[in-house]
Amino acid sequence: MTNILEKPIDIHVEHIARVEGHGNIKIGIEDGKLTECTWEVVETPRFFEMMFKGLSIEMAPLLAARVCGICSISHALTAARAAERALNIQVPETAQKIRLLAKHAETLQSHVLHLFFLVAPDFLNVGSVIPILSSHPHIVQIATQLKGYANRASDLLAGRTSHPMVFKVGGLTQVPRKRQLKNLLNELEENIPYLEQAIEIFKGLSMPDFERETEFVSLKGQDRYPFIGGDLVSSDGIRMGEDEYQAMTNEYMVDISTSKWCKLSRDSFAVGALARFNNNYELLHPKAIELAEEIGLKPGSHNPFFHNLAQLVECVHVVYESKDMLTELIDSDTSAFMASYEVHAGEGVGALEAPRGILYHHFQIDDEGKIVKANCVIPTGQNHANIHHDLHKLVPELAAQGEIEAEISKRAQMLVRAYDPCISCSVH
Amino acid sequence: MKYLGIPLEKPKVAFFGFTGCEGCQLQIANKEETLADLLGAVEVMSFRLISSDKDDGYDIAFVEGSITTEGEVERLKKIRAQAKILVAIGACACLGGVNNLRSRFPLDETIQEVYGNHVIESGPVRKLSEVVTVDYELPGCPISKAEFEWLVRHVIVGVIPQLPQYPVCVECKQRIKTCVFDMGIMCMGPVTRAGCNAICPSNHMGCWGCRGAVDEANFESFIEILRERGFAEREIAERANFFNAFSGVDVIPQLEG
Repeated sequence: MTNILEKPIDIHVEHIARVEGHGNIKIGIEDGKLTECTWEVVETPRFFEMMFKGLSIEMAPLLAARVCGICSISHALTAARAAERALNIQVPETAQKIRLLAKHAETLQSHVLHLFFLVAPDFLNVGSVIPILSSHPHIVQIATQLKGYANRASDLLAGRTSHPMVFKVGGLTQVPRKRQLKNLLNELEENIPYLEQAIEIFKGLSMPDFERETEFVSLKGQDRYPFIGGDLVSSDGIRMGEDEYQAMTNEYMVDISTSKWCKLSRDSFAVGALARFNNNYELLHPKAIELAEEIGLKPGSHNPFFHNLAQLVECVHVVYESKDMLTELIDSDTSAFMASYEVHAGEGVGALEAPRGILYHHFQIDDEGKIVKANCVIPTGQNHANIHHDLHKLVPELAAQGEIEAEISKRAQMLVRAYDPCISCSVH
Repeated sequence: MKYLGIPLEKPKVAFFGFTGCEGCQLQIANKEETLADLLGAVEVMSFRLISSDKDDGYDIAFVEGSITTEGEVERLKKIRAQAKILVAIGACACLGGVNNLRSRFPLDETIQEVYGNHVIESGPVRKLSEVVTVDYELPGCPISKAEFEWLVRHVIVGVIPQLPQYPVCVECKQRIKTCVFDMGIMCMGPVTRAGCNAICPSNHMGCWGCRGAVDEANFESFIEILRERGFAEREIAERANFFNAFSGVDVIPQLEG
């Protein structure tokens, strides 16, 4: 083991792998002192706020989906919600249910992708899922089964996994037939054993021991674990309405990032599965609470690596809630799925919990229904500052423990990865 | 892999992302059912989205996204210099895609709108073929995994992948779908290259042209029919310009800022 006092440390991870988008980690330690410790975002901006300008509000969900290849269902639904709030549209109940079911499929797909394809290689000491295909085929098999279900659920409920087409302002373009919903329910039930196996695998992995007191921001559920719309809450005791999102995010520019950063009560805050879990624990499905208790994950957790565990708990939540919702939907009248409305001038905000955290879209429209101003605040954009500050605590701690450069680099990358960043999204 | 007792070398492939959403690379990683098959046929040298292992000794490069900065131009040129075959994947790489919607506005106004006076490097939106020679284009927003696998099979055995030369309507009729025009929905299907299995019209959305123009499309008659059917100029402009698929077709109304 090399002591930090003997050898300087110079880490430069260019374009960190197994995350979406382009970000760099730079760490320097000389004479036992941190000379550099930076989470740098170098993604090229697409200027979505400008792309929206001048388009009809009906185009918003379609274009918003393109912000992100992974969470495009969330983006389409957030844009639809912002438009519907601007135009005072009451979305029919069937459409609301299908939207939430599609969102659950996306959450499952995204969390399983992250846990098995992006995170698991770190714990098995390999570079990717590719060697795992031959070394631990059963692990890949579990992920394949669960994602296979989630992908087919998205295909049926949203049109496809990435860039869905059925979500339109006012509701949906169509609803699946009852027979298709029954088949989906059967398939979901067949996949529950794989969910249990997934839990067994992650129960056996111990997350790095690290804590930093953090403010967590998410939606606040009323009577169910929140995903679409509602009040905004912070674990430091702040509560606001959906329309006040700007006061909840306080975006600002920094030189080391093409994504904006955010803050609230402290220098930074965190969003995502752990924030939702910490702020809405009591509203989780009983099966999800059971798992949380089993793996020792408690609300009020401040270890960022527990984002991974909170995602696992949410996988259980969305699978069991989907089962209940599908059963209910099969027995209900699904004929009304689109509200009629008239376009007028207005302004609306939509807030929604995307897989990586709370997401906001905001549109101002003129009396012809053209978008005159758009704003998007992305979950990973809200996490960047927190990742940066976490690194500032993690790296000196590891150095003080006498960890070698390679281990510090690996742990720093694992920290970034725990947030499941979606960097292109954050820059948009 | 052996053929007639001769060991065959697997083609060495790499995946790269530029200005885009990485949704096309995700399609390749996402349908795990056939991932093992794909990895049996090619050797993945570099795929940052899912792998920390990196090796620049690739022969085939799959490139997603548009080019918007000088840094990206340099990176793409390096990839081109290394790759024997360069494949553009997705609407952003093949057409400019939705990125082009911001080209309606001057660049300084665009930066100002999003970043205020903060300094940010950006430039015009370019498809890959405006910067380097592209060997094959795999269109779509996003690409389809099945079509990607089809293209890989062709490239491996050295056969030129020929995209369908008929419009989306053909596939829509093969699926016995009701024409969305009869539901009052506009559709670019008659002038757009097939290969998507008419996925958007099938979901009652109508086509937006993400796969680019079909050969020998009759735009004049098509636009005339849209007008006859009562679609407003703005609606036509929004749909036809959404993916920048028909740029240069002068009968298509321009999308205003």
